[in-house]
Amino acid sequence: MDLTFQSYTLSNGIKLIVKENHYTQSVVIRGRLSGGANLDPPEKTGLAAFTTSLMGRGTARHTFAEINEIVESVGAMLRFNCGRHLTTVSSKSLSEDFDLLVGLMLDGLTGPTFPPEEIERVRGQLITGLRELQESTRGLAQLYFRESLYGLDHPYGRPFSGTLESVEGITQADLFDFYQNIHPHEGIFVVVGDVVSDIVYQTLEATLGQWQPDYSPPDPTVPSPPALTKRVRHVKSVPHKSQSDLMLGNIGPKRTDDDFYAAYVGDTILGQLGLGGRIGQIVRDQNGLAYYARTSLMGGMGPEPWSIYAGVNPNNVDRAIDLILAEVRRFRTEPVSDQELADAKAYLTGSLPLQLETNEGVANTLLQIHIYQLGDDFIARYPALINAITPAEIQAAAHKYLSDDIYALSIAGPMTES
Amino acid sequence: MPDQNAVIDYKLENGLRVLLKPVHTAPVVSNWIWYRVGARNEQAGKTGISHWVEHMMFKGTPTFPKGRIMLEVNRNGGVLNGFTSQDYTAYFETLPADRLDLGLRIESDRMANALIDPDEVTSERTVIISEREGHENNPAWALHEEVKATAFHVHPYGTMVIGWKDDLHQITRDDLYHHYKMYYGPHNAVLVIIGDIEVDRVRERIDELFGPIPAGPTPPPVSIREPAQQSERRVVIRRPGKTAYFQAVYHVCDGTHSDAFTLLMLEAILSGAGFGGPATHRSARLYRALVETDIAVDASAGYHPSIDPGTISFDGTIRHGHTLVEFEAALETEIERLKVEPVSAAELAKVLKQTRAQLAYTMERVSNQARWLGWLEMLGDWRQFDALENKLAAVTAEDIQQVARRYLHTSNRTVGWFEPTGS
Repeated sequence: MDLTFQSYTLSNGIKLIVKENHYTQSVVIRGRLSGGANLDPPEKTGLAAFTTSLMGRGTARHTFAEINEIVESVGAMLRFNCGRHLTTVSSKSLSEDFDLLVGLMLDGLTGPTFPPEEIERVRGQLITGLRELQESTRGLAQLYFRESLYGLDHPYGRPFSGTLESVEGITQADLFDFYQNIHPHEGIFVVVGDVVSDIVYQTLEATLGQWQPDYSPPDPTVPSPPALTKRVRHVKSVPHKSQSDLMLGNIGPKRTDDDFYAAYVGDTILGQLGLGGRIGQIVRDQNGLAYYARTSLMGGMGPEPWSIYAGVNPNNVDRAIDLILAEVRRFRTEPVSDQELADAKAYLTGSLPLQLETNEGVANTLLQIHIYQLGDDFIARYPALINAITPAEIQAAAHKYLSDDIYALSIAGPMTES
Repeated sequence: MPDQNAVIDYKLENGLRVLLKPVHTAPVVSNWIWYRVGARNEQAGKTGISHWVEHMMFKGTPTFPKGRIMLEVNRNGGVLNGFTSQDYTAYFETLPADRLDLGLRIESDRMANALIDPDEVTSERTVIISEREGHENNPAWALHEEVKATAFHVHPYGTMVIGWKDDLHQITRDDLYHHYKMYYGPHNAVLVIIGDIEVDRVRERIDELFGPIPAGPTPPPVSIREPAQQSERRVVIRRPGKTAYFQAVYHVCDGTHSDAFTLLMLEAILSGAGFGGPATHRSARLYRALVETDIAVDASAGYHPSIDPGTISFDGTIRHGHTLVEFEAALETEIERLKVEPVSAAELAKVLKQTRAQLAYTMERVSNQARWLGWLEMLGDWRQFDALENKLAAVTAEDIQQVARRYLHTSNRTVGWFEPTGS
């Protein structure tokens, strides 16, 4: 598979990766910079998300309406977002409009003005979104799962999009303060599409490369989350609903941990292959309890969750939990079969061509390679990495990270809180 | 952009329509089978049966027992899915190019040999009811169901594809099997394959695998017609909740009518050109009139061409502290504006450029190319694809004005409010 790309370093230290793809008429830009929700002060949770959603809503050159008009008049997309660790910027346009998008992106990164009327507009939208969340059994199950797993004292346990109280209290000064966490130091930009590498470099060096903030980059260190010492169960009552959602699990590996690949292949068997792996098979296929029942292994920059989730009839919650726990127990105590392992490996290695079909897919893969420093030859090495995983390694990872005894469990639905 | 000349279009003797197109940009192929059956083919008391049959297509044949299809596709590095709409049911496998044969074997096998095993029907009944209960949890979905049911008195478009819950309790294994045998014949299907293929070899395999399947019965035509609406209809759901939702639908023409292109342009003027790419709605009229004014947190128009006369819809999520009355009034102002004031040349040019960009993005995936061709064929003729940009470009400001006057009037609409109580 051809995943050769050009690497450059801009004057301000941003690493630039360019992959030409002349089969398409478009170009995708993906940038990752410091500044994520982990840096939110505990009483101002949601600040990172609030800040990044304002970055395209008024700059030194343009109002929000002007930016929308310019971007949409060429059928393009430009978004600023944040994750728990990073601020992200992404765009897609026809390649003929690349320079236009670079200009607007740079405006947003270097000169957001945080206009008061836009702050209030976004605040109202965030509050409405948080009120809608109070009605979403799936959203609440996720929210309280994280809180139960990490605790509110750790940034991973706090709600990314804030709370009604925290969002009410965020001021323009807070936004300007948080903005000073967004810094080009160790930034990574990936450009994929119908472009010429050296010209992309020249364009970005002359613009993005000249961004030299007068503030220092933030300390990205996140304290290790405390391990769970006892089972934590959270039930959130949402009356008048037809379905309950549940989420159960533990803290998983980081993307860069040695046993990440064992967990990843194992997760494919436990909750991905086919209609949700073993979990989907037992909860949906054999017992008809749920439309969705599967797992999620996040494996990011920090120890993110490894979880199992399902949406079930309120009368079937306990039965579904028992079935899930029995599968977790089996996954920890018995090695996976050779056939399951062969299937998982075939899927994970065989699906690479699909992942790399589009500019977005290539850009995401190149970002992963550079964020986690997986090496320029990662795609070539990937099949061997996956194929080397043994049943014993999977069992060891299952044993280390998952538990049918000590785990966090949250349930949201029409039931009594406990 | 797919060009018509590159598509190989033919029919097998049993009536199976085949559309093939080699695209060698990536070592990937997408294999789609489309059946001309969906909610519009359903009878009262059996709603949801098409969607349920779709589920049963994953529950086993003698060759591919339950669970096998997904596993085999994954094992070969592919992805798959199936979905049911008002007008059609489709299945696809997107695979590494050298694994296409698996997709052909799966689709030819389940076209003829699905077991629809009684025990699996029992187990899937609760899965589908669970799927429905998941939807019911969403207030906007609940509102949509009520609005559809109110807008259509007799046509099956008045029912959600998943069907009414009581019907889901009552549909039998024999009902499902009969529905399958009636609608899943090759003469009622279109096979679309786009990707890194060698056409001659693929044609041979299609002949071998699909050729022997007998044509089967001719499905009954859908002759029911929705009577013209005489006056405005309104429906209000009052239920515990924290957010208000709005939806209005207006009856429009069928998807092959020339007004359909004008409706697509009208939709784009109001909420941006969609066509499957990233959203471009923030400079569009409804966003400016309803979101920028703080009445709503989102507002959109939605038009999806349909086989029988369908609807255009207007949706909104009301911002906390604002009201459904404000939303409805501001929406009405925008709709009236379309009737009295011609859309500017600049706005028309903008949505055409959006359309060109969106189509270019969408076509980067072979699976999307196959989806477009199949969908247009279900609607009438896949060759419409090449004409799409030109037909949209030919729509004038006056056309939009006329279409707005023709369809977007009070007596032709159904308005739905979701009013949360207890917040």
